[in-house]
Amino acid sequence: MGKFNLKPSTISSKVVMAIAGLFLMTFLIVHLGINMLMLLGDEGNAFGKAVSFMTYNPGIKIFEYVLFGGFIIHMIIGALIEVKNYFARPVKYAVSNNSNTSFFSKYMIHTGILIFIFLILHFTHFFFVKLKLVELPACAAHEHDFFTITKYLFKSPYYAGIYIICFIFLGLHLNHAFQSAFQTLGLNHPKYTPAIKVISSIYAIGITLGFSMITLYFYFFYTL
Amino acid sequence: MNIKLKIWRQKNAQAKGKFENYSLEDVSPEMGFLEMLDYLNQKLIKSGGEPVAYEHDCREGICGSCGMYINGRPHGPEAKTTTCELRMRSFKDGDTITIEPFRSRMFPIIKDLLIDRTAFEKILIAGGFISADTGSAPEANSILVCKKHADKAFDMATCIGCGACVAACKNSSAMLFVSAKINQYALLPQGKIEAPERVKKMVAKMDELGFGSCSNTYACEAECPKGISVSAIAKMNREFLHAKLIAED
Amino acid sequence: MTKLNAKIPSGPLSEKWSNYKNSLRLVNPANKKRIDVIVIGTGLSGASASSTLGEMGYNVKTFCYQDTPRRAHSVAAQGGINAAKNYKNDGDSVFRLFYDMIKGGDFRAREANVYRAAEVSNDVIDHYVALGVPFARDYSGYIDNRSFGGVQVSRTFYAKGQTGQQCVLGTYSSLLRQVNKGTVKLYARRDVLDIVIVNGKARGVITRNLVTGEIERHSAHAVVLATGGYGTVYYLSTLAVNSNASAAWAAYKKGAFFGNPSFVQIHPTSIPVLNDFQSKLTLMSESLRNDGRVWVPKQKGDKRIPKDIPEEERDYYLERRYPAFGNLVPRDVASRAAKERCDAGYGVGPTGLSVYLDFKDAINKQGQKAIENKYGNLFDMYEKISGENPYKTPMRIYPAGHYTMGGLWVDYNLMTTVPGLYAIGESNFSDHGANRLGAGSLMQCSCDGFFILPYTISDYLADDIRTGKIPVDTPEFDDAEKSIKEKIQRILSVNGKDTPLDYHKRLGKIMWDYCGMVRNEEGLKKAIGLLSDLKVDFWNNIKVAGKDNELNLELEKALRVADFIELAKLMCIDALNRKESCGAHFREESQTENGEARRQDEAYSFVAAWEHKGDDVEPELHKELLVFENVELKERSYK
Repeated sequence: MGKFNLKPSTISSKVVMAIAGLFLMTFLIVHLGINMLMLLGDEGNAFGKAVSFMTYNPGIKIFEYVLFGGFIIHMIIGALIEVKNYFARPVKYAVSNNSNTSFFSKYMIHTGILIFIFLILHFTHFFFVKLKLVELPACAAHEHDFFTITKYLFKSPYYAGIYIICFIFLGLHLNHAFQSAFQTLGLNHPKYTPAIKVISSIYAIGITLGFSMITLYFYFFYTL
Repeated sequence: MNIKLKIWRQKNAQAKGKFENYSLEDVSPEMGFLEMLDYLNQKLIKSGGEPVAYEHDCREGICGSCGMYINGRPHGPEAKTTTCELRMRSFKDGDTITIEPFRSRMFPIIKDLLIDRTAFEKILIAGGFISADTGSAPEANSILVCKKHADKAFDMATCIGCGACVAACKNSSAMLFVSAKINQYALLPQGKIEAPERVKKMVAKMDELGFGSCSNTYACEAECPKGISVSAIAKMNREFLHAKLIAED
Repeated sequence: MTKLNAKIPSGPLSEKWSNYKNSLRLVNPANKKRIDVIVIGTGLSGASASSTLGEMGYNVKTFCYQDTPRRAHSVAAQGGINAAKNYKNDGDSVFRLFYDMIKGGDFRAREANVYRAAEVSNDVIDHYVALGVPFARDYSGYIDNRSFGGVQVSRTFYAKGQTGQQCVLGTYSSLLRQVNKGTVKLYARRDVLDIVIVNGKARGVITRNLVTGEIERHSAHAVVLATGGYGTVYYLSTLAVNSNASAAWAAYKKGAFFGNPSFVQIHPTSIPVLNDFQSKLTLMSESLRNDGRVWVPKQKGDKRIPKDIPEEERDYYLERRYPAFGNLVPRDVASRAAKERCDAGYGVGPTGLSVYLDFKDAINKQGQKAIENKYGNLFDMYEKISGENPYKTPMRIYPAGHYTMGGLWVDYNLMTTVPGLYAIGESNFSDHGANRLGAGSLMQCSCDGFFILPYTISDYLADDIRTGKIPVDTPEFDDAEKSIKEKIQRILSVNGKDTPLDYHKRLGKIMWDYCGMVRNEEGLKKAIGLLSDLKVDFWNNIKVAGKDNELNLELEKALRVADFIELAKLMCIDALNRKESCGAHFREESQTENGEARRQDEAYSFVAAWEHKGDDVEPELHKELLVFENVELKERSYK
């Protein structure tokens, strides 16, 4: 065994970040799946059941901690790498780079930070309510009554707008993130990589559209 | 054609540099970009000025000496072209061309547009070779190499070490350069034996020197004058993980 | 005459090298550590010598003017590297390779050296493969070979059109491995400006640090020059713009004889000159002539575009004149034939100084894909430079200064006439006679560096195991440093009107006009006069911007051009002296009725080795008579 190196290499850091990212992406699918239940027209009945399952199931509980861990790791490594990268070029170019590359891939840290800010907002609306860190909104019956919170929240054009804009940024982040994770993990193959890139876009568009759809549903079609 | 130039001038490594403006008339479209700079330099010298220092040698795109950041792109506007291969026909009459040195903390400026790229060499010294002493080689055809791998290894070996990948990368990452060398050897049977050690040593040196990390924007691939594919980076990551996690020490 | 001893071992040709190797003295591993060797240049010969000497255990100090050894101009070699492997089972052998080189060199090379190069060529290929050089392969995994200019067998190993680069990267990697091990120390960005002789032996060099301008002293027990050729004497050539002869010229001035300086190969397939600003001629590999057909219009001054000129109005002059070899005649023959057509008024392009190289038939027969596979990168390169697509319209080509067969005279040990001073690769004169065959330079450089010099130099160094470090604070180093510093001050203090580039262009024009593809007495005499004037003018009117204690590209250039002007004169003196035509050296006075070169074996079967007798003093000629025991001297015919 070689000696254990406390300072991970750039590649190792990126690999950890990619794995955490992929994990977060699977979570997003679960999250979207459960949220979709709100569109069933049963006044959040099925959705409520799913929420309480997610809240009380001990397996899910563990999953939640892992999820947080993954999230924090993804963010911290992302930030550390960004700082290191910044110092790799102390004097910047006068003419900014015109290389022929995908535009948003250059702005992962920016979309990432936006998503982080959005998450804080999102947490104050939902997750912190559950943890009783913020006051229960007047409309809600109890701290797990996310359906009611949602329907009131998205009646506000501001919140609906903010959420949708953030979903778009999330999509842009994911569009690059998905295929980028495969590249970082070395899962590259002349046959499959083009497919991965397509799936990456489908996934990103799916997540953005899926979540936006729920928002739009409550804003336009749901009557209180 | 008439051209305006905005060129980074810096007396030496310590000096603070700045842009200087020049204008040139009678530039012909067949002129090479470097010939245009030679023309400028001749004018500068004859009027008592200091010529612009820049690196160049073979002037046919193979030695890797030249390299400037031209209008926001390493080696200028054409794909798969080195600065010396660039012709003035890629620009229009009346254009302003901004020329900066390749910038990276690992490539300190020596003078004007001329930079120090020995960081690349340090990475190669760490392990960018197959350890075969002169005289020890077996008969050449006793090592068979699958044509696909040989061709791929060749593609990887076409790197000229110009540094455009680092210059283009928003993170000043050297991943494309390093991965090209690692791939070349990892694809050949004679290079496989040392592959795990090689990738560990070269990546460690790359990190130690302070190159940024890869964020998969692929600007390196877009600017590589030899068109080396970023699939090299993925393969290097795979080699690296294999070396770290699976290969026995 | 007596001064030259080629030290050719006795015995049958095929046993000379192995017997000789067995008789050479060795230096034991413990003693090697006490011995320093300086190697100047990091192309194929320099890097291979450095790494091999390092592997053996010597302390090697390696110098190059580039920022890194990998950029040495061997990278630009395109076509391939020859070896006598006979993989294609087409009857090739060491003897045949030897014979082709001797014949290709028009019987002006030393038999023993050429045979040895052919003999070790196979080891070179083995070694490159071991180093990971990705030679082209068949689907079976075996190495592929192709035929290459001027021979009838397929013995050329290649890596697309970038064989030189791939071989350089192989040697460079093995050099870096020795840097890693600490046996080789690299000194990049250094110009070697003088060789220091102590008690008659080469013991060090004076260098200029190109970044700081500092003049430095480096000592060693032996000095190896691997500085390449001097083709940039023509200003426009296929060489790297900064390639120079300064170290070799310094060696000449310190007593090393210069062999056959006038033997310069003009490469037939370069992209023609486009305008006055041009700084460089780009080579299109000779391998293109395997599939491309060379032609000009049959009608003088025909200005039609190529596709409008019907087949019967095209003159495929190489095929017409040389039916046996056709488009594959050696370089000198192809170059002169192109010049002949252009001078006669049949040339094409805006200047009339180019001929067509047409791939139409090859594309029709083999398909564009096949041609793309073979020459894709060359076609791209051509299109980038000329703006024309060679798949659609024929390339235009013209000869350009390329390779110098001449160089420092060396004996069988590759040692110059200065003890302890060696010259390898293109910087020596030894293996290519009056003309080099395609894919022969990579081969010779690698043979010298990997498999020949390391043995022969050990024999010399065996005397130095008790010498100890060579001190640099001696009068010899003082003097050498002083004279270099004075030269630099002198050149900076002129502050005239014309730049080094102006002088280089003027020099190039004189040499191309009078000492290029075709030479005659009148022209050469004129050139000698012009060069003497140019030298005087240079030292009275040169303008060098900047100072000496900083990075100063103009100063570097000025110093190089100053040396080139002197070397150019020696080239003309040699060309004037050799009244015969042979190989690339074509004297108009010595030709057959058909305009082919006429050799004069009785009078000129020798190597002309010139000794420096002082600045502006006529050099002294020494002749090394060439003895051919194994081949019959024949008229070189490619008809």
